[in-house]
Amino acid sequence: MSTHVLSLLVEDKPGLLTRVAGLFSRRGFNIESLAVGASELEGLSRITVVVTVEGAPLEQVTKQLNKLINVIKIVELEPDSVQRDHMLIKVKTDASTRSQVLEAVTLFRARVIDVVSDALIIEVTGDTAKCAAFVKILEPFGIKELVQSGVLAMGRGSKSITEKVNK
Amino acid sequence: MSNEVLTGAQAVIRSLELLGVDTVFGLPGGAILPTYDPLMDSKIIRHILVRHEQGAGHAAEGYASSSGKLGVCIATSGPGATNLVTAIADAHMDSVPLLAITGQVGSHLIGTDAFQEADIVGITMPITKHSFLVSNPADVPRAIAAAVLIATTGRPGPVLVDITKDAQVKTAEWVWPPKIDLPGYKPVTKPHGKQIQAAANLIKESKKPILYVGGGVIRAGAHKELLKLAELIGAPVTTTLMARGAFPDSHEQHLGMPGMHGTVPAVTALQKADLLITLGARFDDRVTGDVKSFAPNAKVIHVDIDPAEIGKIRFADVPIVGDAKEVITELTDELASSLKGKKPEIGEWWKFLNGLLERYPLGFTEPEDGKLSPQYVIQRIGELSGPEAVYAAGVGQHQMWSAQFIKYERPNSWLNSGGAGTMGYSVPAAMGAKVAEPDRLVWAIDGDGCFQMTNQELATCTINNIPIKVAIINNSSLGMVRQWQTLFYNKRYSHTDLNTGTDTVMVPDFVKLAEAYGCLGIRVEKEEEIDAAIKLAIETNDRPVVIDFIVGRDAMVWPMVAAGLSNDEVQYARDAAPVWDGEE
Repeated sequence: MSTHVLSLLVEDKPGLLTRVAGLFSRRGFNIESLAVGASELEGLSRITVVVTVEGAPLEQVTKQLNKLINVIKIVELEPDSVQRDHMLIKVKTDASTRSQVLEAVTLFRARVIDVVSDALIIEVTGDTAKCAAFVKILEPFGIKELVQSGVLAMGRGSKSITEKVNK
Repeated sequence: MSNEVLTGAQAVIRSLELLGVDTVFGLPGGAILPTYDPLMDSKIIRHILVRHEQGAGHAAEGYASSSGKLGVCIATSGPGATNLVTAIADAHMDSVPLLAITGQVGSHLIGTDAFQEADIVGITMPITKHSFLVSNPADVPRAIAAAVLIATTGRPGPVLVDITKDAQVKTAEWVWPPKIDLPGYKPVTKPHGKQIQAAANLIKESKKPILYVGGGVIRAGAHKELLKLAELIGAPVTTTLMARGAFPDSHEQHLGMPGMHGTVPAVTALQKADLLITLGARFDDRVTGDVKSFAPNAKVIHVDIDPAEIGKIRFADVPIVGDAKEVITELTDELASSLKGKKPEIGEWWKFLNGLLERYPLGFTEPEDGKLSPQYVIQRIGELSGPEAVYAAGVGQHQMWSAQFIKYERPNSWLNSGGAGTMGYSVPAAMGAKVAEPDRLVWAIDGDGCFQMTNQELATCTINNIPIKVAIINNSSLGMVRQWQTLFYNKRYSHTDLNTGTDTVMVPDFVKLAEAYGCLGIRVEKEEEIDAAIKLAIETNDRPVVIDFIVGRDAMVWPMVAAGLSNDEVQYARDAAPVWDGEE
């Protein structure tokens, strides 16, 4: 089993996400995380998908994705690419624990977004391992709620996935 | 162009006309009604009113597969559209260029569970090459033109255009040609020169090559190029179920069909080969049997226009993405210039193969119940009709026998549902073929089970003067399922009796049914009546003909590789495995 991060440049058309997600389930590929949003070019969206493959090589995933008419380009990002998760965590606090939580926030370079007497909402950004570690630190205080984005990723250096795309 | 203003409906018809469509199969209903109005005025498009939308879909497939052109079908929203689903799935599996146009409820009603609303774009997403939902009349020409382009280029396939009722009724300025913007669609047709060289080198080194030919060669129209390549290198050829007719059966290099019901020489040649020259084939499980033990000693050259097919099932030593016609031409040129008139030395290989051809020809035994031999009936249909005819089969035993015992000499003469295995394909597909190729003799070779799924299109044939011939290979049962029950389920015949034989209640009586549809109905029970009935069918062209051939129900399809087994386990006949003298 191996994990890969794919960056897809796609046309922003109705049903596009269904086509991509449907293809994964239909062909028996596993989506670990998915993040979709506009790119810097009008009419084009960017999908970052983390996929785990078992047996069947990743090549089949990219080839099948490439067959989707609205998919323009697929790049597998190197492991050293910039990869970020984004998390919002609502954690229980009271007068006795708040300072410990805030210490963890500082340590992880997270941010407090909302404060009430018995809880904080904390925002943290980082790679998957860092976010997981942060969650682990907060767990003893009581996590009331957690949401996270899919992984966002981008290759390092000056090259871009949208180069040579005429739009 | 001028500032001409058309309704979306008029734009549908005008676009189809300008894209060269002259025939559509369909059935109107509420949400597609606006489009049926200008269709009535078209001087170019012949619309054939079917009795069930599935028939429209398969007819369009038959039209496409027999002619190489695009097939078009039209249906209304909701159930009209869902009735097309089987045919669309079928076209997807067999790479048939198909355009399906469906009406959709008004755009303001979408998502409200409106009357006859179905999300047909969503439903067909996994079984179309692409699909469009059009809700603005100005988008109609572009969507239809893009759909036709996608359906007919690269690896062909079905494309659905779903058009809301308001998009058909409202007007827009007519602009032609429309700007087609498909930045993500660039099929590669021209092969890479280095890969051609690498393939040529493997072929020259090979002592036991085989050309493993699939339906892609037919879709690409590459049969002449294939013949040239095959004769240049002298290698044996096997044509898959989808490729029957891509290479002449009469050719001495042809070993027949591979796979589960392939010939012993073809199955064995693939197992023993040291090189598979794979052209437009996709290593289907019915060809490979157990993949791990398939062609264990062979290197693989894999030519396909769809990059996703390469390496999907079997590793390719030399992958070549490209159009079969272009690839085969370049490969032949490369080999011709480097072989300089010499042929690869594969004499030993042919000695082995000729031994197999001699010892294990296709054959059959007479049924013990005194009824007709289904294989003989099918063989006679082929012999009396000849290679210029078109043969469309249903799915099951009769399909396999038609693939085995009719001799195909030209592409597009054999139509069947290979990938999807759709029972009921035959009658509407034959109808579509007869419309596309009116001067050809067109047979639907069907089973009694399949026939009962789509025979209502006989009404369409009679009314529209489409004189197809239907041969029902009537064994009064779901024959292929019954064969498996005989072989693998201890002869427990769970729900495979259809009671259509002469010694049953005979419901329905196919001759009476044929007559009710205005066809000539003939029943044949004796061997000496077979030829006369076939000849009468061939001569009768004022109406369709249905021949009810009462055949033995215990006849089985041989050879056979049981599902999941290695192709090394091919059975020539029941309890008769081929004998290998020494390990070749």
